[in-house]
Amino acid sequence: MAQPAIELIGIEKRYGARAALAGVSLDVPTGQFVALVGASGSGKTTLLKTINGLIAPGGGQVRVVGEDAAAVPPHQLRRSIGYVFQEVGLFPHLSVGENIAITPKLLGWDRARTAARVDELLDLVVLPREVAARAPAQLSGGQRQRVGVARALAAEPKIMLMDEPFGALDPLTRDALGTDYRALHDKLSLTTLMVTHDMAEAVLLADRIVVLKDGVIVADGAPGRLLATTQDPDVRALLEAPRRQAERLRERLNGVAS
Amino acid sequence: MSDRVAQAWGLLPEYLAWHVLLSASALALGLLISLPLAVAASRSARLRWPVLAFAGLIQTIPSLALLALFYPLLLALSALSQTVLGQGFSALGFLPSLLALTLYSMLPILRTGTAGILGVDPAVREAADGVGMTPRQRLFQVELPLAMPVIMAGVRTAAVWTIGAATLSTPVGQTSLGNYIFAGLQTENWVFVLFGCAASAALAMVVDQLLGLIETGAARRKRGLMIAGAALLVVGVLAALTPLAAFGKPSSYVVGAKNFSEQYILAEVMAERLERSGGHVSRKEDLGSAVAYRALAAGELDVYVDYSGTLWTNVLKRQDNPGRAQVLAQLTTELKKRDGVVVLGSLGFENAYAFAMRADRAKAQGIVSLADLARQAPRLTLGSDLEFLSRPEWKAVDAAYGFNFKQERSFQPTFMYRALSGGEADVISAFSSDGRISADKLVVLTDPKGALPPYDAVILISPKRAGDERLLAALRPLIGSISVEAMRAANYSVDRDQGKASPAEAARALHP
Repeated sequence: MAQPAIELIGIEKRYGARAALAGVSLDVPTGQFVALVGASGSGKTTLLKTINGLIAPGGGQVRVVGEDAAAVPPHQLRRSIGYVFQEVGLFPHLSVGENIAITPKLLGWDRARTAARVDELLDLVVLPREVAARAPAQLSGGQRQRVGVARALAAEPKIMLMDEPFGALDPLTRDALGTDYRALHDKLSLTTLMVTHDMAEAVLLADRIVVLKDGVIVADGAPGRLLATTQDPDVRALLEAPRRQAERLRERLNGVAS
Repeated sequence: MSDRVAQAWGLLPEYLAWHVLLSASALALGLLISLPLAVAASRSARLRWPVLAFAGLIQTIPSLALLALFYPLLLALSALSQTVLGQGFSALGFLPSLLALTLYSMLPILRTGTAGILGVDPAVREAADGVGMTPRQRLFQVELPLAMPVIMAGVRTAAVWTIGAATLSTPVGQTSLGNYIFAGLQTENWVFVLFGCAASAALAMVVDQLLGLIETGAARRKRGLMIAGAALLVVGVLAALTPLAAFGKPSSYVVGAKNFSEQYILAEVMAERLERSGGHVSRKEDLGSAVAYRALAAGELDVYVDYSGTLWTNVLKRQDNPGRAQVLAQLTTELKKRDGVVVLGSLGFENAYAFAMRADRAKAQGIVSLADLARQAPRLTLGSDLEFLSRPEWKAVDAAYGFNFKQERSFQPTFMYRALSGGEADVISAFSSDGRISADKLVVLTDPKGALPPYDAVILISPKRAGDERLLAALRPLIGSISVEAMRAANYSVDRDQGKASPAEAARALHP
């Protein structure tokens, strides 16, 4: 079997008396798009952040492309893993282009290569190249998150970690960005781990859904198979939510039409 | 009036240069210490409280006191370094001023620095980690640039405070724009006082505006504006400092003076004679009473005039009064033995502490002596200079006569005489050589119990100049050459409101 891109082995994390993660193990094969779902406080963000060292696990081991993550300086690890989160966190004192170029600059790429990469990334995330000179504050929320994705992809990482990346956007922008990102994932052969609390988004985008509850994995499988295999009533309720919503939507919209 | 303005302009290059050098060094040093400290405080909540509390505490110490406190501290350190390394340093002038002002400049920078770094959006900080910055890169590429406008606001406050407080470095022997203010206050030269205030305020405003340019540049992310502000600031500082290169000639003799007219005049008399004998002279004026003697003993001053009674009580800590000749004789042997200080001799007049009243009021109340005064004291207000009530002379005279004044008030000497003529005080602690005694028609009360020691004006010479024949030869003719009437007249020519003379002019009139 091929080497998994990410291996999590018995990851634990405690905040005081509360266990945020109680021994989580998970293999993510190269090229897979995994959605991490669960209620607030289930530990999904904590789990994501242990992978790029933003949170140090209290126990267990993280392996990234076969290597023990604890053995690599955290800043080096992060330069090889793309990270996108809801608040985006664009540097307000830098232009859009400088924001995208930040990791290549940290890696010491030459100027020509970096400039070409910035143009390429703006094309990839479907933004006009002129925005490179603008300040982040001059962009809309959706454009800002596209820049966030471009910045994360700048140094050509093979792994992307996304923490509710589209959570703060309006539904249309969110749908467009999700679809565009899924296309990028396939085009660049990325391995993506995405935290979301939106089941519909998870079902629509991911190859595999992992459900966390109180710091343990309670369900794990392809979207179509998960409902058939799980016994946990909470997980069933979670998985059925998008379908119930879709049915109610159809009823109401048809009602208006007739 | 206009010649006083011209005189003030003439002194400006030197005073301004020292003022700029002092404030710029203090601010630079303050930044150098405060910024790393602010970074550390923003990282550790445990460090934050004590650091900010300490800086706040420093700020509550009156700035003049802070400057004064550094002098004994540095003197002790210098003595220590003398014994350990065989090399002392000057505890007077630039160093104590620099250290005190540095401490003073730290609070606003610490406060805004800490707040500025803590105020950076947590999402931006997370992004900096997320893109793979080291903690150092995050600090220099993200946190400091974003905190810059806030930090600059603190630097501006610190600059304005430092420039204002630097005027207070004059009494510890550092030339600054404060020289105008302190000298003007003593000699009632209000042109000087105003000139000093205006110069210091103008300097503070210009610096504040240039720093404001940098702040605006940082806030609007306009690098050109920041560079322009910084460049103008550097050019301005360098331009202000150029006179110092010219003043850099070695001055072989340092003549000291305490902070009143007679001292300025006598310092000029001595300086004039030393210069005529071919020596270079620099002056350290406006020194505190205790500072002057210690500075002389430590060799930071070469010569100044003090008074036998002051040395008797304050330096030798004697309470008795064996008579004028005995005091002088014992001082000469004791100071030589103790500190190696040479008492060259008496100038020929006394400047004693004396109780003075308006002649008409004294006559109306039948007060001639201190014994009469003690009887009337419960109905009278005593006006004194700032230090008299804490001096041993006051304790001695109070013990001898048992005063019980209705009120005791302290004044800066100029205002003490005003208070007496205005009736806010009924009797004052005057100086017997003060020109205002005859000019204001005051009477000096007699001291039948001999409680006040004699105050012969004596020339003191530092241990390292004890064998300097040129110095001794230049100053020896001054011994016994100045009568109290002549000194009073000279003092009055400087202190009066109309037709004021400068101390140098009075010195030439006193001792051509």
